Formats: sequence, structure tokens, C-alpha cells
Amino acid sequence: MTANWRGVRAIYAFELARFGRTVWTSLALPVITTALYFVVFGSAIGGRMSEVGGVPYGAFIVPGLMMLTMFTESISNASFGIYMPKWTGTIYEMLSAPLSPLETVIAYVGAAATKSVIIGAIIFATAHLFVDVQVAHPLLMVGFMLLMAVTFCLFGFIIGIWAQSFEQLQVIPMLVIYPLTFLGGAFYSLDMLPAAWRTVTLFNPVVYLISGFRWTFFGKGDVGIEVSMAAVALFFALCLGVIFWVFRTGYRLKN
Amino acid sequence: MTAVLQISGLGKTYKSGHVALSDVDLSINKGEIFALLGPNGAGKTTLISIVCGIVTASAGTVTVAGHDHARDYRAARTMIGLVPQELHTDAFETVLATVSFSRGLFGKPRDPGFIEQLLRDLSLWDKRNAKIMELSGGMKRRVMIAKALSHEPDILFLDEPTAGVDVELRRDMWQMVHGLRERGVTIILTTHYIEEAEEMADRVGVISKGRLILVEEKHALIKKLGRKTLTLNLAEPLVTVPGELADWKLALTGDGHELVYEFDSQAEATGVPSLLRRMSDIGIAFKDLHTKQSSLEDIFVGLVHETKGEAA
Repeated sequence: MTANWRGVRAIYAFELARFGRTVWTSLALPVITTALYFVVFGSAIGGRMSEVGGVPYGAFIVPGLMMLTMFTESISNASFGIYMPKWTGTIYEMLSAPLSPLETVIAYVGAAATKSVIIGAIIFATAHLFVDVQVAHPLLMVGFMLLMAVTFCLFGFIIGIWAQSFEQLQVIPMLVIYPLTFLGGAFYSLDMLPAAWRTVTLFNPVVYLISGFRWTFFGKGDVGIEVSMAAVALFFALCLGVIFWVFRTGYRLKN
Repeated sequence: MTAVLQISGLGKTYKSGHVALSDVDLSINKGEIFALLGPNGAGKTTLISIVCGIVTASAGTVTVAGHDHARDYRAARTMIGLVPQELHTDAFETVLATVSFSRGLFGKPRDPGFIEQLLRDLSLWDKRNAKIMELSGGMKRRVMIAKALSHEPDILFLDEPTAGVDVELRRDMWQMVHGLRERGVTIILTTHYIEEAEEMADRVGVISKGRLILVEEKHALIKKLGRKTLTLNLAEPLVTVPGELADWKLALTGDGHELVYEFDSQAEATGVPSLLRRMSDIGIAFKDLHTKQSSLEDIFVGLVHETKGEAA
């Protein structure tokens, strides 16, 4: 039998409709957050910082800000999307439907990634109200954004399957991803750190992701673009592998 | 009769070591209504969940119209509709949206006409734009049924369909089940209510402690295992059963006012005429008499009690 694309579309549309119900808070939140960051970092602090590696500070923080919001949004949307059916019990229907694991992942992760990309685009547009940002490699930038959204949604999907309470659902994005992103050079260049801290920071995987995304904007980053690409590919493959294992074993999905 | 569902050697042992099912063989015929009876925790829901793909079996195979339910799961699952015991619903969705969603999920093309008819049949059409959380429990149950039928399954599983359901909905449900059967849908239901199985089922399976202890055509079962009792209301109370009547193994109840004789209605000699003759010979008069055929419930209680006794 062929792939069940109607089933994929049903879940995808269901998930987008769920976002649609909270469309105003979903859209207002990134706009307000971006505006706040620009007021604080861009105007208040940025005034004293002028440039980072030849890029005005206001423009410099745009990629980091986009990634910070997209990481947390991707994880919370994708994890919530699969956690809710588990919590309400409606997961019985997904499990009994003629859907392959890959189709289920495409539907849930696709919907969550769609929302993340939309939010990323809104932040990008909002940033233009405050600063002048030029993108050196637009195609790569869009590609990077898509890949990041999908990868973090895969990661969120795993968390949603793993989580057995709402608290567990929040714990990884809030206690791990948010600090790692903040300390991953979202708002500063690694050059600005003392040498010892720079070495420590290089153990933070998020550094490579943000650096790569910044490279697509300004043609330079904290690490080479190849290293960033490899880091993204590795994380992506790792998430896919875990999901493959989850469906094979039925981990926390099936008894 | 062709089997539409074939279960062989099915077993399930949970991680905790709890054996929920062991070595279940069952063949369900196309178009029949099969009732699975059993006390709480007997393994009814586990059995259904395995067939539907929600729980992974530890042993055995399931084929749905020739499709292995693990290897060829798409073909197998497309044929099955499930109404679970619990009311699992998306509170914020509307009735129409959630039922249409289910149809899509099972890979069927949109068909607003079919969905409308389905909702009308289940008295849900007026509520189609209501959010599920605004509905009563009975209405939610109807929504669950509509979801299960939305993709026109050939086999419908009803797990405790009438638990906590009012009389009207129960009657509607029975009617719906008979209607579905007329269209060729095979129905497998689990229930506590013996009267439900007695009313609806063609065949009955009794499950206890994870084992399918009996599968039988309903009437044959009642006939085979059914016993009749004859109760005689005596004109004068007795203190003990007279020795002359010892052959019949009578019981004296109702403060000595009733003599109860249990007999096999299928036997050649029931012993009833001879008992009555002997009583008139020794001068015991009775005012009234009545006989009672044992129900499926009596049989069920007897069977489950027996297996419990064995296990203990």
C-alpha cells in the first residue's frame, strides 16, 4: 500500500489549526520580545558597543535573537504537539491509524517547524524596524533556518514523547536550551570572551549552530561554516536516530 | 463462513511481569457480532489494543482479512475502527472537525455527504459546530463512535460501549450495531453487561485471567450449559426433604415453603413427571410451580468462578 498522505495532511492541518487558535499571542509574542531585546541590547547597551567584527551591534544580534526564539518555540511546539495526545489519551487514534512512524513525524514536526519558520520570519521583519540588516547569503540563510527549525522540532518531538508530566515538558527548553543558547553567543562574539572561557564555550553545541546562522548573514562567524554545517547535520542525524529507536521500541508510546 | 479476523497464540506479558493474555486463539467470522465477556482486568482491552496496534503483542499473530497486522499494518488498520472505553477527545475541537480529522487520518478522501449522514445517524448533526468539551458524556460517546466509523471500517471494535450510558443511548447503540451488521460490518464488543451480549451477540467468548476459556454460539451456549430449575410452592411447609424424594437432590428453601429441583432440560428424562408423581403418592401438595432457564449471566458467573477456583 502507498503512503498515507491524507493522514499526514490531517495531522498537519490539525496542528496548524491548534496554532491558529492562539494566533494573536503566537504572533505578538515574538514581535514584543524582539522589540524588547532591541530596546535593551540594541539601544541601551548597543549604543556603547558600536561594532562587533565590523558589524553594527544592532544587526549583529539579529541572527542570535532569531535562533534563540526559534529554538525555544520549536521545542515547545513540537513537544506539546505530541505530548497532548498522550496526555488526553487521543494518541490511541494515531497508534491505530494506518500511518507509518515517518509519516507521523513528518506531520507533527512539519507543522511545528512551519510555525517556527513563520515566527523566525516575523522576528526578521520586526528587526528591520530597528536596524538595517543585510543578508550576505539569502538562500543559505533560508536553508539554515529551515534545517534548524526541523532539527529542533525533532528534538522537541523526542522531549514530548519522553515527558510524563508538564514539568518535564518545560524542563529541557527552560533549563538546558535557553541557557545554552544565551551562552552560545546569541548576543556576543566569542572573541569578546577571555581565552579560557572561549575554550569552555566551544563545548556548547549551540555555539556552532548560531555561528553558522550568523555566517549566512555576515559571511563570518565564530567558527567556520563547514564546522557549523557538520554540527547541524550531526544534531539532525542524532535526533532522527533517536526517533527511529523510539518507534522501533514503542518507547513511552506503546506498552 | 470466512474469517475476517484470525488471532493465533496471542500473548502479552507487561514489563512488570503481569501476564495480561496468554495463548489466545480466536477466529471472527465476517459479518458477525461477537461479544467478549469477562470481569475487570481479564484482558479484554489488552486483546483489542493489540489487534488495533496500540499495544505490542509478546507472542502470536493477528491477521485481518489475510493481512498480517504487524507487517501489513496499513491494509489491516484501514479496515478497523475502534471505540475505546475511555472518552479520549480533543476538548477544543468541534464535532465536525474531529470526525473529519479521523477520516483523513485513516487515509480516506474527504466526503462531506458521508460525514453528514453519519452525524445525523448518531443524532450529532445539530451539535456539529459545538466544541467537544461542551458536550455531555453520552454525546461524547457518540462522537467517539462517529470517529471510529468515519473511515467506513469493515470491523468495528466497541470496548465497553454502554458503560455509564443512559437507556436511550444504549437503545440507540444496539440499533446502530444491528444496522451496521446489516451492511456487512463485523462487530466485536466487550461488555460487563450480560444482557447486552444476550441481546446483541451471535457468538460469545468468555475471557478470564488472560485466557479465552470459551467461545460458543450464544444459543448453543445457553442450551448446552443452561440448566433449568423447577420451584414448587408447597401448601404446607416441610422441616426436611422427605427421604422418599432423596433421588432428586432437592433443596428446601423459603422457610420450608419451597422445594427446588435443578435439572438438565436437554436430558431425555428430566425427572420432573416422576418427581410430581412421587410427591402426590406421599401426599405433599403444592400451590404453584414455576421453571426458570438459566441466563447467560448465570453461565458466565459459573464459568469465571470455576477458573478462579482453579487458579487459587
